[in-house]
Amino acid sequence: MRIEVRNVSKAFGGIRAVRDCSLTVEPGTITGLIGPNGAGKSTLFDIIAGFTRPDSGRVLLDGRDITPLPPHRRFHLGLYRTFQIPRIFARMTVEENLLVVPPHQPGENLLVSWFLWPRVVRREREIVRRAGEVLERLGLWRLRDALAGELSGGQKKLLEFGRVLMSPCRTVLLDEPGAGVNRTLMARLAGLIAELAHEEGWTFCIVEHDMDLVARLCDPVIVMAEGTVLTQGRFDDIRRDRQVIEAYLGGTLGAEAAP
Amino acid sequence: MELVGLASFLVFFLTLAGIYALVTLGLNVQWGFSGQFNIGIAGFWAIGAYTAAILDTPASPFHLGGFAMPFWVGALAATLLAAAVAFLVGVICVDLRTDYLAIATIGIGEIIRLVLKNEEWLTNGVRGIAGIPRLFEALGRSGQALAFLGFVLLAILLVYALVERAARSPWGRVQRAIRDEELAVAACGRDVRRFRLESFVLGSAIMGFAGAVHAHFVGFISPEAFDPLFTTFLVWVMLVVGGSGNNRGAILGAFLVWAIWSLAQFATAYLPLAWAGRAGALRVLLVGVLLQLVLLWRPQGLLPERPPPPVVRRDA
Repeated sequence: MRIEVRNVSKAFGGIRAVRDCSLTVEPGTITGLIGPNGAGKSTLFDIIAGFTRPDSGRVLLDGRDITPLPPHRRFHLGLYRTFQIPRIFARMTVEENLLVVPPHQPGENLLVSWFLWPRVVRREREIVRRAGEVLERLGLWRLRDALAGELSGGQKKLLEFGRVLMSPCRTVLLDEPGAGVNRTLMARLAGLIAELAHEEGWTFCIVEHDMDLVARLCDPVIVMAEGTVLTQGRFDDIRRDRQVIEAYLGGTLGAEAAP
Repeated sequence: MELVGLASFLVFFLTLAGIYALVTLGLNVQWGFSGQFNIGIAGFWAIGAYTAAILDTPASPFHLGGFAMPFWVGALAATLLAAAVAFLVGVICVDLRTDYLAIATIGIGEIIRLVLKNEEWLTNGVRGIAGIPRLFEALGRSGQALAFLGFVLLAILLVYALVERAARSPWGRVQRAIRDEELAVAACGRDVRRFRLESFVLGSAIMGFAGAVHAHFVGFISPEAFDPLFTTFLVWVMLVVGGSGNNRGAILGAFLVWAIWSLAQFATAYLPLAWAGRAGALRVLLVGVLLQLVLLWRPQGLLPERPPPPVVRRDA
């Protein structure tokens, strides 16, 4: 789905984290959102997903104004988000972490759970089968009964991505999916994201600091600095952009590779 | 004769411990399942007890009443009224994080106790409500006591079955997820408020029901019986000792702590005379020390929480 951010501003105390920011994530793209620390990327993510109310401006999902909707309502419109620090359910098993995600579970109604158990079991069978596929796909099957809190940082990131696969949402905000994941796994994850976008039409908006990953995966790339959009374009173009290099203090944006 | 006395004490002990077990199961729904820090247990317990007392007693010039309803009407009303009050409290407070919810519920518990103490037309104030009919009166004294114990054990079994099913269901799964990472649950499309409210109401309803059973057991209730020390504090110790998040742990903790509490009463009989006046305080001290020891050496409780068995078995 198309995500449109229109003139959004948000201040925390005296700090204006996001300033009159407008951007569009086109459906079917893997849009990268990059920028130095403090550029407002995470705040913007929180605003798009509904975890932070903007002071002004609007957020549209396929043209529909979702600015006043709480996060859980946005999920049902097809928008899912992950977190920079994986928010896994530490005292639940890896499998349970996945089973929480799918909607329309009759067993979430207490009366149904008490008096119509067979209905609960029927839906649960579908979900467990789906979770099995996701666990296999991410190489977590072996760990399915482990407590999620005992996983390594990279495994937690994978599990977080597993929840993306469990959700029916096809528009996904990924907050640093690569952080803490080793190269091999990262390559697999990137392949998976590309496959979902290009073959199944999913839409991704990705905040990421790993420029290799951004280069490989994202098109277009939106650069944020000081709370607003600096520029936007193909990675190869923006990494030569003078403004962008300055924003990163002449640093990490593969500048050494630029002519 | 000694033996008969001992047996009847044992029946009395088990019945009261069983009532505590019901309340502890209620607290486990709130704290163990979804991490809500309720320190207003006394209030919901008292609401249940007073509702049953007012509905089920014959007419009295001292308080509202004269409805002389059967036990089950009083118990049902007690459960529903505790649930309704919890709902109102919850709508306001359920967004509060653990420690703030604790502060709010302390206040609510005290408000309820003060209302019961001061609204004399309703509750006869500090003098309390007497003559609450006992169940199974027709069975004679010892038969009645035994039958009531049987009834309490049956009630524990029923409530245990309900809350255990709730814990194992997708509903319980969402509750545990909220306890661990609320924001991620919201991102998964669940209305966190709704789930928190439901577990708060369910837990309080169970406390209200336990209150009705309690009223019909002791036959006389007054605000003094709902001193937070003997209710809220003791129930929390029971859950922590037994193992929060584990329904069997909640029941075990209730019986165990009540046993220690009761035995301490006997022990204080052997205190030197000069100390006799401090017996009550020493008992509380003993339970406080017990709580400290458990928190230090076995913070997960005697029966720690475990992920519940899956709803459906995986093949291979």
